[in-house]
Amino acid sequence: MTDKQPLLSLRSLSKSYETQEALRGVDLDVYAGEFLTLLGPSGCGKTTTLRLIAGLETPDGGEVYLEGKNITNLPPEKREVNTVFQNYALFPHMNVQKNIAYGLRMRGVDKKTIDEKVNHMLSLVQLEGYGKRMPSQLSGGQRQRVAIARSAVLEPKILLLDEPLGALDLQLRRQMQIELKNMQKRLGITFIYITHDQEEALNMSDRIALMREGKFVQIDTPHTLYERPSTVFAATFIGETNLLKGVVSSIEEDELMLDVDGASVPAKTVDWVIPGQKVNLCIRAERLHYSRKQKACQTLSGVMRGSRYTGSVRTAILELTNGQTLISRRTTEGDEDIASGEPVCIWWDTDTACLVRDDGEEQA
Amino acid sequence: MLLLYLPILVVVVFSFNANTTRTATMTFTGFSLQWYKNLFDPISGFGVHLVTSLEVAFWSVLFSCVMGTIGAVGLLHRKKQKSLSGRSLERFINFGEQAAMLPIMIPELIMGIALLALFSFLRLPMGKITLVIAHTSFCIPYILITVKSRLSTLDPSIEEAARDLGASPIRAFLTVTLPLAAPAVLSGCLLAFAMSMDDFVISFFVNGAETTTLPLKVYSSVKVGVTPQVNALCTVMLGAAFLLVAMGQLLSSARGKEKKI
Repeated sequence: MTDKQPLLSLRSLSKSYETQEALRGVDLDVYAGEFLTLLGPSGCGKTTTLRLIAGLETPDGGEVYLEGKNITNLPPEKREVNTVFQNYALFPHMNVQKNIAYGLRMRGVDKKTIDEKVNHMLSLVQLEGYGKRMPSQLSGGQRQRVAIARSAVLEPKILLLDEPLGALDLQLRRQMQIELKNMQKRLGITFIYITHDQEEALNMSDRIALMREGKFVQIDTPHTLYERPSTVFAATFIGETNLLKGVVSSIEEDELMLDVDGASVPAKTVDWVIPGQKVNLCIRAERLHYSRKQKACQTLSGVMRGSRYTGSVRTAILELTNGQTLISRRTTEGDEDIASGEPVCIWWDTDTACLVRDDGEEQA
Repeated sequence: MLLLYLPILVVVVFSFNANTTRTATMTFTGFSLQWYKNLFDPISGFGVHLVTSLEVAFWSVLFSCVMGTIGAVGLLHRKKQKSLSGRSLERFINFGEQAAMLPIMIPELIMGIALLALFSFLRLPMGKITLVIAHTSFCIPYILITVKSRLSTLDPSIEEAARDLGASPIRAFLTVTLPLAAPAVLSGCLLAFAMSMDDFVISFFVNGAETTTLPLKVYSSVKVGVTPQVNALCTVMLGAAFLLVAMGQLLSSARGKEKKI
């Protein structure tokens, strides 16, 4: 993708509010047709980024480029991007049809074309026959679709969505996730999507930009982000993760050895490590295996500290000899009932674990 | 409740009194509508003064409506921009907001004297113009308060959405914010209209010879004793006031329904 010209570029964009730095000089390239998600905990600057792209805020520094043109100082009404607001922000005094037609009316499109486009849009979001309803007569999911239709009818270059599913219940959320993704494909519009829900991000995105404290931590495909998180934060924010702290004792061609409180643990080599360096080894909970201890363990030994059976998966808490607890989550196929307090052996496939950089600010 | 409504009831009852003597307000002798007929008598009636009052109320409500609404919008928009450099400006604006409420707070008497002093200093002849200016000045806060409280309950992202969809700031205001604030503007206007129609103290200071408003006329006619004619007038005004209150209620309940979104 990198050889194509990006549709949208942010260059060292920064923004501060009264007491707080919301965005600290971020760079981002978004390509045509992609579904990019800004993911991060609340207050990390996701919404600020979106509002800067929409033109609803002016940055303190940096530029925004749309198709190579600097649009940093363009007011929102002149930008070919549209926003779907978190609470939909439908006009309560207009019916669905008028809501959707609003943008076209502002552009001075003639009435016949407006009617055509609005009707087409209504069928696209599966709300035929709802044109005369007021927003207050719609359910949450329907309002959400009206909000999308209202923005998408203008055929923007980019559609910005600020946690559009935040107010919906879980079941509807799941359903809307699929619907949104399909809608994006049908419309062929680039989506920039905000969420703090990692599952939602992994589900829908082509790429995820993980944010923290006003900066991008990692921008990658869901697969890479999950399999090869670059920092401790990326590893712990997405998925259930075990982190083993260790010191690099020896490095070979593709495998290195870590010293984890006296135990030797193998790991795949990455290019940024040197012997003696302190690193974190990230092992996903569902890839951590254990069994009743019969003889000496090859990798790590520990003690079962309790487990929970939830039908398809069993979650177990294991304590290492150094006192650290690890979480294992695996399917109940061939499930072994190990009592709390029994010694266990712990292992994993070296390929499924990865070394991550310390970002110095580990979550407690 | 009794304390509040008993005097009103007395007024209403005696306005239908058939007794024509000086003691008409004390003894009820029979039912009659003569005082109501009398009200609209071209010479001794109140028609001219009603027209004056209505005229003054109309213009002052119109001016204060425009100014109050613009003021409310301005106050809220300023507040949203919380840049560091805007701090002192913000403080000034907060002060301005308090100052705008002053006409409600200070005694009417002082307000009246102050306006009188101002007008004579400016050598403005007392008349309709001075009345309208005076009434506008004390009507603005009522509209400012109602419109501002309505606007502050509006979701700011609604106006942002309008901008985002291609509306210029002015069009966004006209097509989205104003229609949503309209019920509040209207109920503020009703309130201001009632205040203007009722006002006696301030009008007393700034009216001219030809511009006796209804309350002033009522006052001057009761100097010689409460006539049943005044009772009749009071009843009519009461009826009008009730009607206004009812309209206001209807408006605010319509607003309530809208809010559920």
